[in-house]
This record gives sequence, structure tokens and C-alpha cells, in this order.
Amino acid sequence: MSFITEIFSYPFAVRAIIAGLLISLCAALLGVNLVLRRFSMLGDGLSHVSFGSAAVALAVGVAPLKISIPVVIIAAFFLLRLNGKMRGDAATAIVSSSALAVGIVVATLTTGMNTDISNYMFGSILALSKGDVYISVIVAVTVLLCYIIFYQKIFTVSFDDGFAYATGVKVGFYNSLTAILTAVVVVIGMRIMGALLISSVITFPAISSMRICKRYKSVVICSAFVSVVAFVIGIILSFFYDVPTGAGIVLINLAIFLIFILYGKIKGK
Amino acid sequence: MAQITVSKLSAFYENKEIFKNLSFTVNKGDYLCVIGENGSGKTTLMRCILGFDVKHTGSITFNGITRKEIGWLPQRTELKKDFPASVYEVVLSGFSGTKLIISKKDKKRAEKNLKLLEIENLKNRPFKELSGGQQQKVLLCRALCSASSVLLLDEPVTGLDSTSQNEMYSLIRKLNKSGMTVIMISHDVERAVIDANKILRISDDGYYFGNSKEDEK
Repeated sequence: MSFITEIFSYPFAVRAIIAGLLISLCAALLGVNLVLRRFSMLGDGLSHVSFGSAAVALAVGVAPLKISIPVVIIAAFFLLRLNGKMRGDAATAIVSSSALAVGIVVATLTTGMNTDISNYMFGSILALSKGDVYISVIVAVTVLLCYIIFYQKIFTVSFDDGFAYATGVKVGFYNSLTAILTAVVVVIGMRIMGALLISSVITFPAISSMRICKRYKSVVICSAFVSVVAFVIGIILSFFYDVPTGAGIVLINLAIFLIFILYGKIKGK
Repeated sequence: MAQITVSKLSAFYENKEIFKNLSFTVNKGDYLCVIGENGSGKTTLMRCILGFDVKHTGSITFNGITRKEIGWLPQRTELKKDFPASVYEVVLSGFSGTKLIISKKDKKRAEKNLKLLEIENLKNRPFKELSGGQQQKVLLCRALCSASSVLLLDEPVTGLDSTSQNEMYSLIRKLNKSGMTVIMISHDVERAVIDANKILRISDDGYYFGNSKEDEK
């Protein structure tokens, strides 16, 4: 058990673990609804927007979160709105690559593709400041509270938004809430996971859980569990074997997904 | 007592008129069957009644109920096929219009409705693994949980085999006999006339509203 004490003796590691656990949990919960509502790529699109805005912020010398959070929230609204009017996946693809391109151009022309930029793209456990941890805690508590309080409504909207609307649930409000929470989780999570990989912690746990769980509640609980386990294993690998944090967590998620598929197949027979 | 009064209702889609000047009333305990060709505006009318964003003129007034208290059974095509949810979870979602948290009393009512529709044995089954007929009964049960006294059913038997269709029709009749007002959209005219006491037929050149028994074939 000595490796645990070793990890906890480094303040940066403690920060990464606290923030990472909370963000993983939130990403998994939001992910269940995004996946079920066919918005899986929303996280991906938003993470690229988040990267683009962070690069711009670094170039003009402003704290990235101050620009990224509002910009990504606006992008989230925009993408959810577009879903009805234009093919949602096409819209996401356009927004996503454009934002990434803006980020790369701005970064190359100003600061150069330095470590900061690289950290935003691929994530790092070294990247979190104390301020980031506070924000993560606030975001996580907000997401968890919203999820618990509105659990029933969120289910109803996800299962059948038409029925939800007809029976008096404020569907627009819950869509906006999902968009805002997802946006904030993506921006914060990008520091650890990287812009290119954050969307996988949103979608993977939900997709994996749906292989073995058949009830909504069990999918939610299983996703939260899978997400946290993948994060813990990933961070240990990152700390001791220098595996890149974000990529490591994604690969653990992939492994869990494959195991769940196998288990689902065996159990289904 | 008129529960729903529709007067001079016209609906539009992209400035094209779908139907015009519809007027009819639905009384407590009525079984109204809405029939008409595809594209005649049956579903649009239903969306107007439910309060969806449809461009319309004229008025719909409710007496003794609110719009949210209408139990709606949507058309089957609108559902996601792979959604992980148990029957019980789906049924309970009928209560979520007005409530944040589902109370014991609601759960009792849900159990009662499950029994009434003879599907209490399906309670813990995954919704997506049920047959089409069973799924319709579950969704009818959900509608029943959200309804105080009016059910609005959009083509409830379309796509079901004939046994399931008959079961569904007899459940709807049972609910109507127990005091529920039923508004059913259908294109099964012959069947509509048997169970319903009122008929609303919409077509491009006007509409007919009256007692089903007097409906000219």
C-alpha cells in the first residue's frame, strides 16, 4: 500500500486525484443522458471549442477558464439548438474542427505550440492549480445535486421528450441545464484528460454500462462506478509508469468496454 | 359536462392550412374517435390539444382539468428502441410532470394501474425486450399515471398483431367504462364506430362531428 502514501505525498497528485474523481463522476452521469439522447458527439465538439478558446486566452494572456467556460456554454446551446434544424452530427463536426483550427492557428502564430498548448490537447496531471480544484469541487457538487434533485425529470425527458413536454415537464430547461453542466465539465476535465480525449470519459462509461445493465438506474450507477475505476487505474499508471494520463484513462475505459461486451454476450446466451 | 371545448380551430404548417374552423366538444366520459386520411391533420389536432408549439387560430378551453392532466399515448414510431429502462421506471415517469420526487402514494397508484392493465408481472422486465403489444400497454399505463380523467391515444394499435390489437381495444374500453374520457386517433373506421360514442372525421374538404351511431359510412 506504500504507493498510495507516495502518491498522496505530492500536492499536484492530490489535486489531480480530487478533481479527476469528481469530474469523472460528473462526466459519467451526464454521459448517460447524452448517449441516450444521441448527443454523444456533443462532448467532443465542446472539447474542441474549449481548446480553441483556451489557446486564444493564452495568446492574449487571460486565464483560460474565464474565456473557455462562457464560450463553451454558448457553443453547447448552439449545438443543441442546431440539432433540430440541421443534422446535429454535421453541425458538431463543423464546429469542432473549426474551433480546433482556430486554436492551432492562434497558438502557432503567438505563443508557439508549447507545453501549455500540448497539455490542453493531451491532458496532464501536473496541470491543475489550486483554483482549478476549487472550481472542480463546485462544479461537481452542482452537477451531483442537480442530478439527484432532477433525477426523475431527467429520466422522463431522456426517455421520451415529447411525452415529457405534454405532461408538463419543462423540457427546454432540462436541455439547457444539460448543456451548461456538460460544457463546464468538459472545460474543467480538459485540463486532466486533454481536449482530444475528454469526450471519451463522457461516452465510454455509459456505453459500457449499457452492455450489461438493463435498467436506467443501474446504468447510471454502473457508469459512475466504471468512470471512477478507470480514472483511478489510469492515474496510477500515469504516476508510476509515465503513461499519458488522458490516453491511459481512455485505454482503461476501452478495456472495460470490451470486457463488458464479452460479459454481456456470455450472459445473454 | 364539457371537459374540452374546441372552437373555430385552424392549424397551419409553414403557412399552409392543415385544417380549418374545427369546432367540437368532448364531455366527461366520452369516447371520441378521430379519423381521417394520413395528412388530414389528426396528429396536428392532437398536438394543439396537448399544447405543443403549433401555429393555430381559434381556441381550446379546458373545464375541470388542466392541459397537463391529459394522459398521452404517443405514436410508437417516436420511441428509442435501445433505451435501458425497466417497465416500472417507464410507468413512474408518468408522474414526473408535476412532481420532483415520486411519493409512496404515486407508487401505489402506479401499482394499481399496472394491475388494471394486467401487466403487473412485467413490472421488473426491461422495456426494450417486450413485444410491441406489451410496450403499448406499458405506455398506456404511463399515460394513465399522468392522467386525471382524460386519455389521448395516438393510433394505439398501429403495428400490433390482431390479438394485441383486440387486447388493447378492450383495455381502452374498460378504462372508458370506468369513467375515463378517451380521445383516440385511428384510421380503423369500422372498429372506431363500435366502441366510440362520438366521431370526428377530418378531411381536406371539411369535417364531420357527431354521434358514432349516426355516422354515415
